[in-house]
Amino acid sequence: MQCPTHAYADVLVATANGRIDFAGAQVLEGALAPALAPDGPVRGIVIDLAGVDYISSVGLRVLMVAAKAMRARKASIAVASLQPVVAEIFEISRFHHVVDVRGSVRDAIAAVSPEALVAYDRMDRR
Amino acid sequence: MKRVRFWGTRGSIPVALTADGVRHKIVAALRGASGRTFANDAEAGAYVDSLAFADRATFGGHSPCVEIETGGPDFVICDLGSGVRPFGQAALARDGGGPRTYHVFLSHVHWDHIMGLPFFTPAYIPGNRVVIYGGHAHLEAALRRQQEQPSFPVDFSTFRADISFVRLEPGVVHEVADMRVKLKLQRHAGDSYGFRFESGGKSVVYSTDSEHDLGNRRETDGFVDFFRGADVVIFDAMYSLADAISVKADWGHSSNIAGVELCHAAGVKHLCMFHHEPAFDDASIARVLADTRRYEEICRSGAPMTVTAAYDGMEIDL
Repeated sequence: MQCPTHAYADVLVATANGRIDFAGAQVLEGALAPALAPDGPVRGIVIDLAGVDYISSVGLRVLMVAAKAMRARKASIAVASLQPVVAEIFEISRFHHVVDVRGSVRDAIAAVSPEALVAYDRMDRR
Repeated sequence: MKRVRFWGTRGSIPVALTADGVRHKIVAALRGASGRTFANDAEAGAYVDSLAFADRATFGGHSPCVEIETGGPDFVICDLGSGVRPFGQAALARDGGGPRTYHVFLSHVHWDHIMGLPFFTPAYIPGNRVVIYGGHAHLEAALRRQQEQPSFPVDFSTFRADISFVRLEPGVVHEVADMRVKLKLQRHAGDSYGFRFESGGKSVVYSTDSEHDLGNRRETDGFVDFFRGADVVIFDAMYSLADAISVKADWGHSSNIAGVELCHAAGVKHLCMFHHEPAFDDASIARVLADTRRYEEICRSGAPMTVTAAYDGMEIDL
């Protein structure tokens, strides 16, 4: 599992790939950790799950921890571009009530920050 | 061991199907019949059996009590929830009421797991023997206290059966009723214990009121070892994963997702979800069951694992 990150203004986009099992969850946790600092500048986290074909309970727990940390400082977290089977896991675990589920990374960014959307679209045109 | 029989499957507090709930099922059945006629009871019964479980039956509402039928002369049950009342009546009817030994394994002494004892008729009959096993030091004190005034009018001393208590050590193999029994400490307020029963090449695990953090590798490995290769694991699946690790974290219960992942890792043959949320109606539990079967399919890497939701009266042949 790999999870590179990219900042668009005040939104961090983490792009996960592969299976988020026990080992993958640790990678995801490490990728999100810098954005979860209580006084950090990040106003939103978007996790792009287009390349993820499975997420276990341990991976979902990482999202729960991140969601709690972001909500504590009135920031937001979303997942985007879920494969159908991953969308099913979110519904079975009821995690679609925990994090915002968006159809695309752009939709998710747009819901959080206009500045980040401008930065994302600028990057997208390159 | 021959079979597992469920007398109480609901968690926290007993519930009852309401008049409106019964009406809802009748309406669903009548609409499903859609003009059919039935020449006799057998035809009508066959039609009823074709309906979805939540439309023709109920998961029931008694709090935990599970019987393990060993094939031997003694009775073996787990927990003394309200389901032990109908178990006691059935046990008396089954053998004509002669003196028998009842082995009772108590996961813990929270009220929903002991509230049935004052209504357990065999305990009032001289000649019967009731042996209560568990990992806690205070089993006897807790059972006596619930029958003290002013909580209950019939004191524990009223029982006429020979009642004794045996404290079991976790991690040690105990021999009871021709079974090998092991217990395991579980995460729950005041602690709870899971039990693993083995006999004649069969194994059953009773693991309720147990919260799991699958991110804790050491703890998870311990449960995988405890569940390893079991024919049936009776598992606390009270909450959704989202609830279990957020608003209901530290409430001492687990989820269907954790059940599938632990049982898959342990090579379990049959995951039986148990300790159902009292706020759930039959349709809700049926939906959780369907979801869980789908999750088992999604993350399966070997042979399919049977997934069921326990209901009062359900039997699993071993």
